[in-house]
Amino acid sequence: MSATAMSTRRVGRSHREELAASARRTLVRRRITSRVMIGLTYLAAVLATIPLILILYYLVRVGARSVNWDFFTKIPAPVGERGGMANAIVGTGLLMLIASAIGLPVGIGAGLYLADRRGTKLANLVRFLSDVLNGLPSIVLGIFAWQVLVRPVKHFSALAGGVALAVMMIPLVTRATEEMIRLVPVSMREAALALGYSNWRTSLSVVLRTALPGIVTGALVAVARIAGETAPLLFTAFGNSFWSFSPAQPIAALPMQIYTYAISPYDEWHAQAWAGALVLLALVLVISLAARFATRSRFGLGGD
Amino acid sequence: MAAESLDAYFGASRVVRDASFCVPTGQVTAIIGPSGCGKSTLLRCLNRMHETVPGARVEGEVLFQGRDIYGPAVSAISLRRHIGMVFQRPTPFPTMSIRDNVAAGLRTLPRNERPSRSQTDEIVEQALKRAALWDEVSDRLTASAMALSGGQQQRLCIARALATSPTVLLLDEPTASLDPISTQRVEELVYDLRSQITIIIVTHNMQQAARVSDKTAFMLSGELVEVAATNTVFTAPRDPRTEAYVTGRFG
Repeated sequence: MSATAMSTRRVGRSHREELAASARRTLVRRRITSRVMIGLTYLAAVLATIPLILILYYLVRVGARSVNWDFFTKIPAPVGERGGMANAIVGTGLLMLIASAIGLPVGIGAGLYLADRRGTKLANLVRFLSDVLNGLPSIVLGIFAWQVLVRPVKHFSALAGGVALAVMMIPLVTRATEEMIRLVPVSMREAALALGYSNWRTSLSVVLRTALPGIVTGALVAVARIAGETAPLLFTAFGNSFWSFSPAQPIAALPMQIYTYAISPYDEWHAQAWAGALVLLALVLVISLAARFATRSRFGLGGD
Repeated sequence: MAAESLDAYFGASRVVRDASFCVPTGQVTAIIGPSGCGKSTLLRCLNRMHETVPGARVEGEVLFQGRDIYGPAVSAISLRRHIGMVFQRPTPFPTMSIRDNVAAGLRTLPRNERPSRSQTDEIVEQALKRAALWDEVSDRLTASAMALSGGQQQRLCIARALATSPTVLLLDEPTASLDPISTQRVEELVYDLRSQITIIIVTHNMQQAARVSDKTAFMLSGELVEVAATNTVFTAPRDPRTEAYVTGRFG
């Protein structure tokens, strides 16, 4: 200690001051760097949310005028007559129903399998393929669905559209299910087994039930995701200007109706397209909000 | 209950070696030993939980009510209804209420043996009383089990294990994650239950073994070194390794 004190004294006052000044400069430089970096991340965060805010603002400004009673109750009408998108809204609902009926059981089942057989070669292969499927361009899916489901029967159908959308859903639901089930501790599974639960009962009534809120969220996110898909429907559900409730017939869907109206030359139809876009966005937002509520359940993992 | 030259493996490594011992009915048997000596694994061989881990297997015999539980005609699932188990950390089912947690084991019974709703309520009450939890939860049976404290959750797990009226209860370090007061409550519970049920408790806490058990088994590196009356193990052990351990020279 004394040696240090001696040497400090020997170095003299000016050198000590210089050291202190240099330390102060470093501190100031670090503070500035910190401020700048925090500012940049702040800016990025704002930029990330601006598109949604702008889209919402614009859609409401342009589309809200045409969202009226007719829009929800009437089917498309020729230019000059008052028409709506009732059939497209119902069509989108039906397509989501068909897609969910196929996509959810398959996706959740596959997720259960992946979580249960973690680490095996087949599970790794399935997970990899599911990721590839997730990245598949939706137009490719549409052409494929056309080839196997539309061409053989020689007409477009809601069923073909639903299947195409289901294929899009499956990898999303599979991964969400697997992740949620992996969050359930092994001790929970063991507790059930030790009570005399069989393997399948443990998986269903303990593991799956504990993971359920998370899986519901994942499923809703997947449904929201496919609600706005257009490409897989172009060659499958095709669209329809009239009411149709048959899975075997072509059916209208909001995104396709928006597309048809948006590329038309009529201002009146353009307005309808904006209104359709607004309704579609509202639908997706509602599903997303529902997904958030599902996570916030009283029992179960997640939430709080 | 008794084990005959029992070996337990994880893959190629043998973690329990040639264990033979006898568990007296209606008494508390403690298994002590340093961490990683295989005491939990040995316990998990007794209700066939060991084999639920991938790559794990068992050789040798475990006799329960005169039959080898590893025999071809025995179903591990129905066996586990007769041999209850409680783990180190409380494991209440988070999706179920307190009542449903306790009744969880009853739902696995064959349809004709399953109790009615009012019978279930009765069984739940009895199990919670035996686990010394009834007074604390009787007014909120429909609340989430997650709302209970750690010690209460552990007693809930004991009640859940008792609800199927097993003849043997396996406790795998049941107080390892509890505070001293909760630990004391669980120990008192073990003491009170002894006349009704055969208990085997794994613990790394020697004082606990001395306090609650009638018989103590000492394990070291997978080997069952000594099994004797608790008093003998702690005061006049036969094996020098047991003496070294209980006098605190290692472990």
